[in-house]
Amino acid sequence: MENQNLLEKFQRYVDAENKIEAKDWMPDGYRKTLIRQMAQHAHSEVVGMLPEGNWISRAPSLRRKAILISKVQDEAGHGLYLYSACETLGVDRSTLIDELLCGKAKYSSIFNYPTLSWADIGAIGWLVDGAAIVNQVSLQRTSYGPYSRAMVRICKEESFHQRQGYEIMIALAKNGNAAQKKMAQEAFNRWWWPALMMFGPSDANSPNSAQNMAWKIKRHSNDELRQKFVDMTVPQAEYVGLTIPDKDLKWNEETGHYAFGEIDWTEFNEVVKGNGPCNKQRLQTRNAAHEKGTWVREAAMAYAQKQSERQKVSAA
Amino acid sequence: MVIANLRHQIQQKMSNSNWPLWEIFIRSKNGLAHKHAGSLHAADAKMAIENARDVYTRRMEGVSIWVVRSADIVASAPADKDFLYDPANNKVYRHPTFYDIPPEVGHM
Repeated sequence: MENQNLLEKFQRYVDAENKIEAKDWMPDGYRKTLIRQMAQHAHSEVVGMLPEGNWISRAPSLRRKAILISKVQDEAGHGLYLYSACETLGVDRSTLIDELLCGKAKYSSIFNYPTLSWADIGAIGWLVDGAAIVNQVSLQRTSYGPYSRAMVRICKEESFHQRQGYEIMIALAKNGNAAQKKMAQEAFNRWWWPALMMFGPSDANSPNSAQNMAWKIKRHSNDELRQKFVDMTVPQAEYVGLTIPDKDLKWNEETGHYAFGEIDWTEFNEVVKGNGPCNKQRLQTRNAAHEKGTWVREAAMAYAQKQSERQKVSAA
Repeated sequence: MVIANLRHQIQQKMSNSNWPLWEIFIRSKNGLAHKHAGSLHAADAKMAIENARDVYTRRMEGVSIWVVRSADIVASAPADKDFLYDPANNKVYRHPTFYDIPPEVGHM
C-alpha cells in the first residue's frame, strides 16, 4: 500500500504540468505503465523496419532507395532512444528484447500487415508514419521527462518520413498512369483501416486510459487522436485523387469533423492476439536476426576484454 | 633526515592537492536534459556534487546535478571530423524540406 500522502503529492505535481524525472518518487503503477508503453513503442520502431525493409532492394530508383534506407535507419535509432529512455526506469534492455522475441511483449499491430507493392511504401510513410506522428506529437507533452525528450527528437526526425510517403503517393495516384493509380488505390485500401486502428481501442473500451490521462502519461484520448488524423488525412487523399474506402465517411458541418464508419474491432483484436497476416513471420525474422547477431555481440565483448587486459599488462 | 621527511610531507601535500577533474552537468528544470555546465576539481564524487552546487547553481540554475570524472569521458578527435560527419553531408533527403508538399493539403 503506497503512502497516500506521496500519491497525492505526486498527483498535484503532475497536475501542475511538472515533469517526472528518473530519480523522482513515482507510484508503482506509473512506473509499470511507462515501462510497458515505452517498451511497446520501442519494439514497434524495431519491428516497423521489417515491412519497409522488404522493399529496399526493389525501390524503383536510386533516389527512392537512398530515402528508404535513411528512413529505416531512423527507425532503428528511434528504437534505441526509446529503449534507453525505458532503461532510466530501472529495467534492463536485454529483458525487454527477450520479452519481444519470446512473443510476450506487444508491438503496434500495424506492422503485422504485408507490403505487397511499392505503393504500400508510400501508404506506410504517409498513413502509418502520419498516424504515429499525431500520437507522438501528443506524447511530447507526456509527464515522464526522458520519454518526452525522446518524443521531441523522434518527431523532429520523423517529419520527412511522412512527406516522402506522400510524395510517392503523389507520383503514383496523382501523376501516375492508370496502372499506377490502381496500385495506389489498392495500397490505400489496405492501409486505411489498420492506420485508424493504430490509435487503439475506442475510449469506451480503453479501461486504463483514465488513469493514464490523470497521470498525464497520455495527453489525448485514442478517439481524439484518431479524429485528428482522419480530419488531416481526408483532404490529402482527395488531393491525390484517392477514394477513402469507407462509405460512411462524411463531413459534418455541425461538429467541424469528418464522421467515419465503425472500425472492425474483431480484426484488431485478432491481430493483437497474434493472428494477423504477418505476426509469425515478423517474430521469426526478429529472432533469426538476433540469433545471427550473437557472435557479433560476443566478439565485440571479447575484443574489449582483451584490449583492457593488454592495457593492464603494459601498465604493469 | 629532517629534510627528507619535509620533502616527503611536501610531496604528500602536492599529490593531495591534485584532486581529479570532474565534468559537471546541470538540469535546469524537470523535463529538460542535463547540460554541460563546466568542470571542477574535487577529491571524490560527493565533494564534486557539493562544489558543483556552490559553483554552478548559486542562482537557482539547477534542480539536479550529474558529476562525471573527466578522465572517464571519451571524446572524438577534432581531426576525425571529416570521416565522422562527411557521410551526412550529401543526404539532404533526411530533411523534410527536401520534399515538395502542395500547400493545398495542409501542414505535414
